[in-house]
Amino acid sequence: MNDPVDSFMNFDLISRYPGLVKKDQRTGYSGYIVEADCLVQFARAVRDELGFDYLSMITAADYYPDDLMDVIYLLYRTTGGPGILFKVQVSRLDSKVPSLSSIFAGAELQEREVWDMYGISFEDHPDLRRILLWDGFEGHPLRKDWKEPLFEEDSKPYKDRWPAGKHKRQEDLNPFKNNVSYPIGFEPEHFSSNNEKALYDALNKTSGNLNGSLKTDQIIVNLGPQHPSTHGVFRMAALLEGETIIDLKPVMGYLHRSHEKIGERNTFLQNMPYTDRLDYISSMSNNFGYALAVEKLMAVTPPERAEYIRVIMAELTRISSHIMTTGFLLNELGAMFTPSLYALEERELILDIFEEVSGSRMMCNYFRFGGVVRDISDSVIEKIRKLVFNRLPRKIDELDRYLTHNEIVRLRTEGVGVLTADEAAAYSAGGPLLRASGVPYDVRKAEPYSIYDRFKFDVAVRYHGDIYDRYLVRLDEMRQSIRIIQQAIHDIPSGPVMTGKSQYQPKVPAGEAYGRVEGPKGELGFYIVSDGKQNPRRYHVRAPSFINLTALSEMSKGEKVADVIAILGSIDIILGEVDR
Amino acid sequence: MTEEKLNTSGLEIPKELENVIQLTTLDRIYNWSRRNSVWPMMFGLACCAIEMICTAASRYDLSRFGMEVMRPSPRQADVIIVSGTVTKKMVPQIVRLYNQMAEPKYVISMGACANGGGPFKEGYSVVPGIDKFLPVDVYIPGCPPTPQALLNGLITLQKKIDGESISKVRWYQKNVEEGIPIPVLGPDLMDPRQYDDISRFGRIQSPEIVDDDHIKNEELDENDTGVAS
Repeated sequence: MNDPVDSFMNFDLISRYPGLVKKDQRTGYSGYIVEADCLVQFARAVRDELGFDYLSMITAADYYPDDLMDVIYLLYRTTGGPGILFKVQVSRLDSKVPSLSSIFAGAELQEREVWDMYGISFEDHPDLRRILLWDGFEGHPLRKDWKEPLFEEDSKPYKDRWPAGKHKRQEDLNPFKNNVSYPIGFEPEHFSSNNEKALYDALNKTSGNLNGSLKTDQIIVNLGPQHPSTHGVFRMAALLEGETIIDLKPVMGYLHRSHEKIGERNTFLQNMPYTDRLDYISSMSNNFGYALAVEKLMAVTPPERAEYIRVIMAELTRISSHIMTTGFLLNELGAMFTPSLYALEERELILDIFEEVSGSRMMCNYFRFGGVVRDISDSVIEKIRKLVFNRLPRKIDELDRYLTHNEIVRLRTEGVGVLTADEAAAYSAGGPLLRASGVPYDVRKAEPYSIYDRFKFDVAVRYHGDIYDRYLVRLDEMRQSIRIIQQAIHDIPSGPVMTGKSQYQPKVPAGEAYGRVEGPKGELGFYIVSDGKQNPRRYHVRAPSFINLTALSEMSKGEKVADVIAILGSIDIILGEVDR
Repeated sequence: MTEEKLNTSGLEIPKELENVIQLTTLDRIYNWSRRNSVWPMMFGLACCAIEMICTAASRYDLSRFGMEVMRPSPRQADVIIVSGTVTKKMVPQIVRLYNQMAEPKYVISMGACANGGGPFKEGYSVVPGIDKFLPVDVYIPGCPPTPQALLNGLITLQKKIDGESISKVRWYQKNVEEGIPIPVLGPDLMDPRQYDDISRFGRIQSPEIVDDDHIKNEELDENDTGVAS
């Protein structure tokens, strides 16, 4: 990983905090190591004096059997350029770190996730509860010494499958024949569950009387996890007065499928199909992010033709994701299913292309480290050409014509769920959510990856920060994506699509890497730590859907219940990515 | 689809009355009307739900089979399509939804995750298969199953409905079935039907007895044959 601050200015962070800040000297690592005592001052200085105003990622890594855990922070500037990475090292036995949520509002959910997964507690955090698992769950699963009930070995391929080839089903060895385990001496009869109490306590902390002198009751209403407009199994617990939202807490984890724990057992290549299942309607761009991160570690670059194919596929994904979001946003506004049918019709045409190049409609698993898995034929290129020069621009114009000046759409969306530019950056919002608030931040321009610097396109940006502008930004982005594909189709060279030989077990040198792409939902990043073995030591997904939800509460306050559904629709979450 | 003949009696109906009169059995007409109006619950879990939506959309068009009426309320639904990974946090809600559905009710397990955990089976937060809790009628393989596969599964369900007899189906029997006990989230997911096992193994593994490997193994072996559910 390049050191972002080296190339920067003569602002010496190390001599400013003598003895408290030092460079990360481990091989393959970069950034700074900060003592926990001065973390808050350090972060504030980095934000206010160096201009890193966008907290991109907080995560942790466990270095068991050493008594050491890293808490990792990654910050960027919304004006573009490389980021700054710093870490706080804590002991595994007594792990406490000051919370950054007073400086960056976007830290809230991410710190809760680190607490849930690693048991690192953040002091002065406003609402430190478990987030992906439930209160009362035994242990912190991403710690390396925590074993799941069906634990077999530390890394794949498991020996009983290869080379031994005599597979024993792990759940047959479990006394309950199931994927469960309980602490020793546990008596379920005496167990009383109150894992919802902390949530309701946190909600009831907020009490405000909107009506002044008139005394009203406040009630808590749960929307979800089975609710037709929560895009899956998302839940919102809303504190209401009348029909006005006073406070709202997102409750997630209903689709938490242990993505990162499984990812740390898998070999590097085995993780590729798992990334498809993160944001399952834009699998190609998930592949892209993961491939970039591992390629950084391996120091390989794909051949020209593969780069073009990658860009074409990623942009097609963006169109299919945005067009679907637009359709479903109308669902949320009450136009039940008809607009979605228009959107899904176009999406099917894009899925046909994906099926033809990769073999699967949704779970493409198409990218490899150093290229793509197979070449695309001329007939596919012809299909794409027809789509982007003819059909899709017409269809997007059609959507535009039907919706943009529709009175009901405008009344329901204009001025609803407003997020100002400062708030959006502070809440670490990404993608269309950030750009609709007037921050022209797009990873494709801010820190161009792959060959995006060769194409002419504009960053779509709008300035009101409401639902309507998010919809408009998506429309604009689809048009820009079409522009990129048109150029790529024109320029695509012939040649190989893979650097070197394709291999099952690529050699990945030790070190850390962060690869990021501008996914349809925002900045999708993969933070990977390798210790030179066949599987990653740490595999973290910076999931834009998850982090965008941090601002949901702020956007919903003061709005009506029906508007919250539309606000959620305008954030565009995919639960596979929120919960991982 | 071929033209369905309701007339199964074998009796001859005069030509001029053929479009007016049909002679058939009660089972046949009962099943015929039910199988052509199976309303699924509007309930998606994960990736498979997207393919379910695509199946309902114009290209694959679920309404050809009388199934386009997706009901958000379990009270109005006939079939629950478990479309995606069942997690421990979600399974109490799924069981509760199933209990709230009115009989006759069916369960379709869509995709590898719902069938048996799929790629996420080894995950600590995943229930390896919805059939650990619900009685599944049709399993659809795939990750995710294509819309064609889902349609095939739904047609299979229709065939199953065709084969039922009004005098034998469980929802007209005298002994009313209790709902499925709702799992509880404790230190891990707890099935109330397994409480005895959980406390038994809790005792076995407690520090005083754990040294005695002999007892432990014996108990484990006994469980291998006896308690599997």
